[in-house]
Amino acid sequence: MLSIKNLQAKVEEKDILKGLNIEVKPGEIHAIMGPNGAGKSTLGNVLSGRDGYTVTGGEVSFLGKNILEMDAEERAREGLFLAFQYPVEIPGVSNLEFLKASVDAVRSHRGEEAMDSMTFLKLAREKCKAVNLDQNFLKRGVNEGFSGGEKKRNEIMQMMLLEPKLCILDETDSGLDIDALQVVAEGVNSQRDPNRSFIVVTHYQRLLDYIVPDFVHVLADGKIVKSGGKELALELEEKGYGWIENEGA
Amino acid sequence: MTEASNAIVSPFTQSALDFVKSLEVSGDFGEVRESGMAAFESLPFPTRKTEDWKYTSLHALTTQDYNRPADNFDLDNASELFEVSGLDAYQLVFINGVFVSELSDEISEAGVSAVPLSVASDAQRALFKQHVGNIAETRRNLFTALNNATVEEGVLLHVEKNVQLKKPIQVINITSAQQQTSSAFARCLVVLEQQAEATLIEQFVSTAEEQNILLNQVTEINIGDGAKLNHYRLHTEDESSLHFGGVYVDLNRDSQFESYQIALGGKIKRLDVVVNHNQAGSHCEMKGVYLPKHNQHVDIHSYIEHIAANCTTDETYRGIMADQSKAVFNGRIHIHPDAQKTLANLSNKNLLLSNKAQINSKPELEIYADDVRCAHGVTVAQLDDKACFYLQSRGISRQEAEIMLSFAFINELLESIPVDALRQKLRPLLAQQFTSNESLTQHILDEEIGVCSEGAL
Repeated sequence: MLSIKNLQAKVEEKDILKGLNIEVKPGEIHAIMGPNGAGKSTLGNVLSGRDGYTVTGGEVSFLGKNILEMDAEERAREGLFLAFQYPVEIPGVSNLEFLKASVDAVRSHRGEEAMDSMTFLKLAREKCKAVNLDQNFLKRGVNEGFSGGEKKRNEIMQMMLLEPKLCILDETDSGLDIDALQVVAEGVNSQRDPNRSFIVVTHYQRLLDYIVPDFVHVLADGKIVKSGGKELALELEEKGYGWIENEGA
Repeated sequence: MTEASNAIVSPFTQSALDFVKSLEVSGDFGEVRESGMAAFESLPFPTRKTEDWKYTSLHALTTQDYNRPADNFDLDNASELFEVSGLDAYQLVFINGVFVSELSDEISEAGVSAVPLSVASDAQRALFKQHVGNIAETRRNLFTALNNATVEEGVLLHVEKNVQLKKPIQVINITSAQQQTSSAFARCLVVLEQQAEATLIEQFVSTAEEQNILLNQVTEINIGDGAKLNHYRLHTEDESSLHFGGVYVDLNRDSQFESYQIALGGKIKRLDVVVNHNQAGSHCEMKGVYLPKHNQHVDIHSYIEHIAANCTTDETYRGIMADQSKAVFNGRIHIHPDAQKTLANLSNKNLLLSNKAQINSKPELEIYADDVRCAHGVTVAQLDDKACFYLQSRGISRQEAEIMLSFAFINELLESIPVDALRQKLRPLLAQQFTSNESLTQHILDEEIGVCSEGAL
């Protein structure tokens, strides 16, 4: 599914990723944990193609294609989805209009027929319900005036509509209360599928109680410094990140 | 140094003087014409040093003669230029300032006069004479002075006390392409008596060819006690058009003026909107959008005079400048000493789509009363990269993302237009300003999705 080899990237002349390796197979959930400043968010941004992040070395192959050559929209159409840590508010573009445009773009790329508006509407309402968002949110501006939890639920709803192959959740748990966290986790779990993989980027172990990973990686100073099973997350929670850094030293 | 008089500086002014002399002598409107003429002759021709014209060059007017337009317009298919599907309105159509009865409605509603002067009765002409020139200010604007000097044809809309006009009045000003540079004049006078209510849609359209014509149009509006006017001024002429327009409004006790102004760009397009809160309790709400592109130029000057107490003004203008276009927005709110308890708000937001586009925005608050609440704000921005990336990260192309975000910038104002048919006409028309590629506007114009977004969900 996704193969990252020796990935190096910088932001504004500062090296952030310094030789990162990860291999994600279909259906797997990988958690990436790490202290602040380790490069967790940079990874999501680099993978999704955000401007301002320069890849200086390494390879990223997604379903056999080199995605580093692609624009952000192409990556999304190929099936890569980034759930943002801070989804942006876009007044004046209705959520529905936005969702239709993205679903149309992705479907057309897959060679699927365009969905007519009525069918789409029905689907959008269904997904709204699934993430416990009132349908009024569909007609509001994209994320406009949404609470933190509503924004994250909106991200998960988009994920459900776009049916990506690889989902990167960038600190989706930040700023969520326990109820919202559960809704988000349920949404993610409902999308688990032998052909769909997840990379869950988080600072805290808490989210992993709800979204149980197959692998846990510790990212520190731009590299994966330790990998293990889900029990690694518990160990980290108990001992903190310092333990790994010391071990590495 | 004394400023040179008009006639010497500009062939335009010389042409204008010739034009005025060529008018038939009219006893009816002699007074307004003479005072207009006197004002015109006394005003210096605006240069870059003239404050009100600082960013709008009138150089184009100094190089050519401006004659009377030729009567060259083919009436077949003319209605395509202005038809608003689904809008049930009375239409009065003028081509290059000349009334066209073939395309116009005869309006007979009790308590309402809505006629072109050329077919007005003596009583109606007398009514027009009584009001014309009372509100339009000539001291600031050469073109308004000239318009006064040329009053001949125009629209009278008079609504009697307690009468509500049943349908909107659509006054359509068409300009047609000319071989020789020409200028045409148009005039509109609206008088709403006490508690009357009406909707006026002023539409400015043109044929698509190189226009070579300047339209000088002035609308005066007197809104009586407790009366309300819903006003639309929609400029969608060809980009080669020249327009000098003025809207002058007197508000009486507890009256309301609600106005939407939409302007695509032109070679030069200048609109002055002057609103006088003459008596207590009046309310003015103005929303405007200007969208120049290519080498177009749009200049909107609004002057709000709070003369009486307890009046409110809410003014919101948004502009999007593309390519090498230029826009000027000057919003002045003047609170006079007696205008206590005034609430006034002016917001002007601008989006520059290119590094070569320009906006000159100047809000002016001048306050001489101490118990008032006034605010103004101006912003100039470019498209938000974060928002653009967000849309792209969901598979939407950069091009479509930029169009969605640009349209979003004016969408809020469009959505607030209460007449459905107008809103539906304007949405695609304005979206097409950003691209002619329909696949890029399909989502912002998806009607089924749009209807849901508007609240039918």
